[in-house]
Amino acid sequence: MYRYDEFDAEFVRQRVAQFRDQVGRRLSGELTEDEFKPLRLMNGVYLQLHAYMLRIAVPYGTLSSRQLRKLAHIARVYDRGTGHFTTRQNLQFNWPRLSDIPAILDELADVEMHAIQTSGNCIRNVTADHFAGAAADEVADPRPYAEIIRQWSSLHPEFSFLPRKFKVAVTAAEKDRAAIQVHDIGLHLKRLADGRLGFAVYVGGGQGRTPIIAKLIRDDLPEEDLLSYLEAVLRVYNLYGRRDNIYKARIKILVHEIGAAVFTAQVEEEWQRIRDGALKLPAAEIERINAYFAPPAFERRPAKAALRAPDRAFDRWVTRNTHAHKHPGYAIVTISLKPIGGIPGDASAGQMDAIADLAQRYSFDEVRVTHEQNLVLPHVRLGDLWDVYQALSAIGLAEANAGLVTDIIACPGLDYCALANARSIPIAQRISERLAGRQDDIGDLKIKISGCINACGHHHVGHIGILGVEKRGEEHYQLLLGGSGAEDAALASITGPGFGPDGIVDAVETVVDTYLELRSGPEEPFLAAYGRLGAAPFKEALYA
Amino acid sequence: MLDGASPSPRKRGEGRGEGQPHTPAQAPAPHPSPLPVEEWGEGIDGPIWKDGAFHHDTWVSVADGEALPEAPAILPKKRWLAERDTLGQRDAPLGLRLEPGEAIADIGADLQRFALIALSFPKFRDGRAFSTARLLREKYRYPGELRAVGDVLSDLIPFMRRVGFDTLQVTHAPTRRALIEGRIAEVSLHYQPAGIVEPPAGTRPWLRRSRR
Repeated sequence: MYRYDEFDAEFVRQRVAQFRDQVGRRLSGELTEDEFKPLRLMNGVYLQLHAYMLRIAVPYGTLSSRQLRKLAHIARVYDRGTGHFTTRQNLQFNWPRLSDIPAILDELADVEMHAIQTSGNCIRNVTADHFAGAAADEVADPRPYAEIIRQWSSLHPEFSFLPRKFKVAVTAAEKDRAAIQVHDIGLHLKRLADGRLGFAVYVGGGQGRTPIIAKLIRDDLPEEDLLSYLEAVLRVYNLYGRRDNIYKARIKILVHEIGAAVFTAQVEEEWQRIRDGALKLPAAEIERINAYFAPPAFERRPAKAALRAPDRAFDRWVTRNTHAHKHPGYAIVTISLKPIGGIPGDASAGQMDAIADLAQRYSFDEVRVTHEQNLVLPHVRLGDLWDVYQALSAIGLAEANAGLVTDIIACPGLDYCALANARSIPIAQRISERLAGRQDDIGDLKIKISGCINACGHHHVGHIGILGVEKRGEEHYQLLLGGSGAEDAALASITGPGFGPDGIVDAVETVVDTYLELRSGPEEPFLAAYGRLGAAPFKEALYA
Repeated sequence: MLDGASPSPRKRGEGRGEGQPHTPAQAPAPHPSPLPVEEWGEGIDGPIWKDGAFHHDTWVSVADGEALPEAPAILPKKRWLAERDTLGQRDAPLGLRLEPGEAIADIGADLQRFALIALSFPKFRDGRAFSTARLLREKYRYPGELRAVGDVLSDLIPFMRRVGFDTLQVTHAPTRRALIEGRIAEVSLHYQPAGIVEPPAGTRPWLRRSRR
């Protein structure tokens, strides 16, 4: 893991002092709420329906046990005992007092964490493949590059007042677990033709009210040019991105309106001017950051240890919630934060503490946060899986549903969010309860729920997407089918007229039943069946 | 053409996104003076912050159609383009004012004519002038005074300094007070090289620190 040196520690301390000054000026009345708003947003503080909300950065989703214990402590002392993991691999606290926030930031600084740029019109916390450093299918660990981007983008003097927020995601595997094609910039680390590491650069993807799949604008960016290229992209966007309408201010609209070719030409011209300047990354420095992410001391173990115990539930859990590790004898464990009928992404302080203990004992001290609102123990010995499973069972987090129909992404929705038009969480809970008994039979199926058109719940890229809207003062839900945020990125299509809060749960079940009836067999997952069948049979079942 | 004109700003949409900071209403707040006037020193009531003190403005901003004074004058770009042949004869110093979105590519060859370039921040959240400042300093090697005008607020000032502004026109009373009292809360360590020359810091080549 990355460790702060004196520079990093002092930087965060100074930033906390700066924010404490800003909070002090707000509490004293020197700053109006209007003046304070852009300042608090730069540091992850939102004003929600009932209270302030603090969003804490978990850079590229990587946490140590110590950091997770600190988050549990903050949940207990300053909140109501729960943290909420988000689709940006971050953690939100929904009930902090504004006057406590500087103290919370001090506590975070003690464990090398902060809330810098988790909101505001700036370069947001960089996300990455949650299996990074462990996945069998990656060419290299993408996190050192995410860390370099995190550093370069922190309090960037030129790019802190962009037209709109800006999200960067990095992956190093062909199987895209980071949803890079629906980010403002998506980076795919790979081997270039000359055998060196470099990036395919995707620009202008995004969800929100105008979902767009990103365009590939450079397929062979050498790793040493990463920052100069990003700076060129951001400069073009900062100068030319629209500022007249916040719904058209993301980079995706600029790329769409002037065209990818013109946009790329502008970026390339600027990049040629600056690429050999101060942002060139010396190989030795990349290597130095890489060293922080060196693989832990894996033991040499037989590739096939005694994996299964005589327990059907454990067997299911191993099948669904573990993934192939790059080192023989180890597995990647997904800890589902989607217990049947639970709130997606929520973890209690006690659960966080218990998971921190498991990470320390069984996973080289590492935990990951996924954009699907689950946690991951990245490096678990196959022989320890039974113990880990039992420990997770004891805290109610051993649901064997990773990637299944009950592993639902949902935004906070109208239960918390000031922007929402409808509740998301209760819909997720009821779908989960309704389909839990059949989830193994249904197989891979991603449901994603947003409580408004801003699409924080990623409904555009759900195999089944649900969008909450308001219709004559009532909560109402549109149903979308056929999206994907993975390497086969696709936008889901609306089926037709929407449904009420009860009807949407029935509608999802109707779609599932239709799929089960029409699939060629259990080996044809929902998305493949939808691709083969098209929307027609589903619409007929829904509306006939 | 990174320094070309951007589309003219259209009417702002009906934004209600929490993630989108609203422009703080900049009502000219009454200024409760922290110090008696006689202790402020000369020029304290001037609008221009330069080298750690407020100064009176020695420049006159001239609108389209107004007569040019003998004094140093700051012109809008449009006027410079219209009158650049006749203005070439003038002795008194010339300044240029650029609004966000106004190109610099078409006047790149003229820039050395100006002793001052003022970049406008019409509202807090419009950050285009940060990029324009860097282009002026780094691409065009503009050596003269670079002035921030408009919504110059205390929390923008550290960023303005780093991209190359050396003077600020400040009217916001709390910001003026913070400058006078040395209370601009600034992070003095930086993770990226920017427009001005700053000493390196730490071991990584992209780190910088503010000069003290």
